[in-house]
Amino acid sequence: MWKFIQPRPGNLRAWQLGLLLAVFGLWHLLTTPGLIPPFMFENEQQAAFFFGEPLKIFGRIWNWFFANADIYEHLWVTLLETVLAFGIGTTLGLGAGLWLGLSPLAAAICDPYIKALNSMPRVILAPIFAVWFGLGIASKVALGVTLVFFIVFFNVYQGVKEVSPVVLANARMLGASPRQLLRHVYLPSATSWVFSSLHTSVGLAFVGAVVGEYLGSSRGVGYLILQAEGAFDINTVMAGILVLTAFALVLDAAVGRLERRLMKWQPRQSQTEKL
Amino acid sequence: MPSTAERPPALALDGVSCTFVSRDDPGQRYTAVRDVSLAVGAGEFVSVVGPTGCGKSTLLNVAAGLLEPSSGTVQVFGQALSGLNARAGYMFQAESLMPWRTALQNVMAGLEFRGAADARAQAEDWLKRVGLGGFGDRYPHQLSGGMRKRVSLAQTLVLDPDIILMDEPFSALDIQTRQLMENEVLALWASKKKAVLFITHDLDEAIAMSDRVVCLSAGPAARPIGEFHIDLARPRDVAEVRNTPRFIELHQAIWGVLREEVLKGYQQQLAA
Repeated sequence: MWKFIQPRPGNLRAWQLGLLLAVFGLWHLLTTPGLIPPFMFENEQQAAFFFGEPLKIFGRIWNWFFANADIYEHLWVTLLETVLAFGIGTTLGLGAGLWLGLSPLAAAICDPYIKALNSMPRVILAPIFAVWFGLGIASKVALGVTLVFFIVFFNVYQGVKEVSPVVLANARMLGASPRQLLRHVYLPSATSWVFSSLHTSVGLAFVGAVVGEYLGSSRGVGYLILQAEGAFDINTVMAGILVLTAFALVLDAAVGRLERRLMKWQPRQSQTEKL
Repeated sequence: MPSTAERPPALALDGVSCTFVSRDDPGQRYTAVRDVSLAVGAGEFVSVVGPTGCGKSTLLNVAAGLLEPSSGTVQVFGQALSGLNARAGYMFQAESLMPWRTALQNVMAGLEFRGAADARAQAEDWLKRVGLGGFGDRYPHQLSGGMRKRVSLAQTLVLDPDIILMDEPFSALDIQTRQLMENEVLALWASKKKAVLFITHDLDEAIAMSDRVVCLSAGPAARPIGEFHIDLARPRDVAEVRNTPRFIELHQAIWGVLREEVLKGYQQQLAA
């Protein structure tokens, strides 16, 4: 029997699903009032109050998506903020990284300020952005951009500096002008570094959007979570978190797909030379 | 030796010295080559041999215009070189293909930079000539080391440069592939008759391929210590020519000059 179900590459998905079900099963077992006698809390209602009940949480998600179908507006806003923050932050980071990577003097001048901006806890800017850009989408996008920008920027900066000098000299000997060098050598070389950072930065764009909503908004999944928290409705909070997690996974998978399509020149196994 | 009496040589290095200053410690200086004069006539195949680390690659970088000499001048077809040497093609020792371009796109690169209209057709033609007609859509990491070198060769030669600079292009290849490539290069050179400056540490290779072999002393401050005209008949087969008596004679003569320098270079590396 064990021989049949033991983990192997073929039944990986089944095991992953099993693990998920086990977690929710345990959760259900430990929180549902009356299922087992309380051993940590004074009465049997408290576990459910603090941790929520999986069945109710799924009921809430079902209502959001199908019964009431009222989450789409919020989800759309959050996703829009995420995608905008991700796109703008990546573009700015790519531009700034290329520029500073290619002009060492500018990089030397800006160096301490970039380090300072990067080490600053940028989430703290959210209230300022709310004042500047209002409570709409813009302030959340701005927060996400500050988070994404630095990740991409540092990777591109590193990527430009680590372009293989031989490949560069070869392209120059082949007659590439400075603009062609940028387009055909620096940019492709930096993209491999950008992609290694995109998985992190898409997550951070999401963080920026949700934290922004959480701190002040009238729409978005972060707003839903905030509302539920105000009413001590832990089930709705958990449901919101689950929905956010699922969509973060979807975004990450989308980035992975894009990466595989654009980076097919990169060796997959055996060789891992970074150029 | 072709008649280059009236015409200026394709490439002429005159009194070239290169001193590198250590970036961390400006007091530390290293003179790679000192007072090197070297000329390559149009259509001539010249090899430079010398012990490891003697500054052969430095000379080539100077000839390519990638490196400005500390003193001395470089002339290309009689004109002083400033900036990159646009009439030269450079085949590097290390991997120099753009990994994000396929073999065909790599060969096309130079033509594309120049805005040639029929870049693709020419590149396909050259890929066929180096025996990689069916490999145009492969990325460099999908090709073997020998194939990558052939793509590099096509990438350099498709631009039809008047001067070809080669820096130990085959040193990473196994002996069979290497001889195949050497013969290919000789055949291509014979049909086009370009000036070639060929750097190698393999004396056999140098003699088998060249019109002239220049020996460099051990570094630092390497300089030419001997020059030999290779009067073996052409066309040559690099594998067969090695067994002719004249080849062995030449090999002994050059090795006599080079031997001491190689030992010196080796000792220096041990001491360092």
